[in-house]
Amino acid sequence: MEINDPLPWYIAGPIIGLFVPAFLLLAGKELGISSSFRHACSILLPQRTKTKLTYFNYDWKKEGSWQLVFVLGLLFGGFVTQQWLGGAGIQLMPDNAGSSWEGILTLFFGGILVGFGTRWADGCTSGHTINGISQLKLSSLIASICFVAGGVAASFVHRMFFGGIVP
Amino acid sequence: MKWWKYPILLGLGVAFAIGLSKAQLISFVRIRRMFAFAEPHLYLVIASAVAVGLVSTLILKAITKKDIGGQDYQVKDRPFRPGIIFGGLIFGVGWYLTTACPGPIYALLGNLQWPALFILAGALIGAFLFGLLKPKLKD
Repeated sequence: MEINDPLPWYIAGPIIGLFVPAFLLLAGKELGISSSFRHACSILLPQRTKTKLTYFNYDWKKEGSWQLVFVLGLLFGGFVTQQWLGGAGIQLMPDNAGSSWEGILTLFFGGILVGFGTRWADGCTSGHTINGISQLKLSSLIASICFVAGGVAASFVHRMFFGGIVP
Repeated sequence: MKWWKYPILLGLGVAFAIGLSKAQLISFVRIRRMFAFAEPHLYLVIASAVAVGLVSTLILKAITKKDIGGQDYQVKDRPFRPGIIFGGLIFGVGWYLTTACPGPIYALLGNLQWPALFILAGALIGAFLFGLLKPKLKD
């Protein structure tokens, strides 16, 4: 195996799983990413809006800066992979992703669902599925089943009624 | 939080994004195949991640309940509530449409996949809409 190759599941999966104890031991925090959207809103919104929308009215520097630093690392890690580790070894986004209205609107509308859904469920694939189940949280298991169920249902509808194909 | 945890978290982010990228968890090809049950790859990645995460976390907690700075872990309680089901299903549909969950959105941007900016913009608006509607939604 060369450094430029993608990793097989039985190496990549266990490495990802080890981030759960690594976060607890090294940072005293739980692995999680989707709260960063909330922190970003709290940074961007003016105080008078936050006074009304109390969900964003908290000290993001105290609550969220650790996670924003982690997100910064994610950005840089993607760049490291792309520049020096041979990339992911597979096409990452559809050809029309950024060049057609259909592609752009799908990403944008889907993104709204990602932001809305992860905040309502209070976690995403990392926070609930990888971290939550590893910490034996039943709610995280239920959340993860719903994540997959939503994706499988969307895939089914796309293929059955809108001519979607599997790449 | 102690200052030295920031470079650690930065390093964890770098390593996590490399892992997500090299597992091809950030590829629309893999995500579409997963949700269509066309191949087991990502299910195996996620299942083995959870299996190793579960066992290694149990071992860690048996050894210590404190981080290397001597402080207790900050762990959320995560009780069950209906929002987990509604939000979970909505996120699942969004995951299929964008083929990116939150971690991969950032990892894709790092991989210089600029269309992922549309996903990020949508996700921030989605989080804002949740904050706006939260008083009216079931918890």
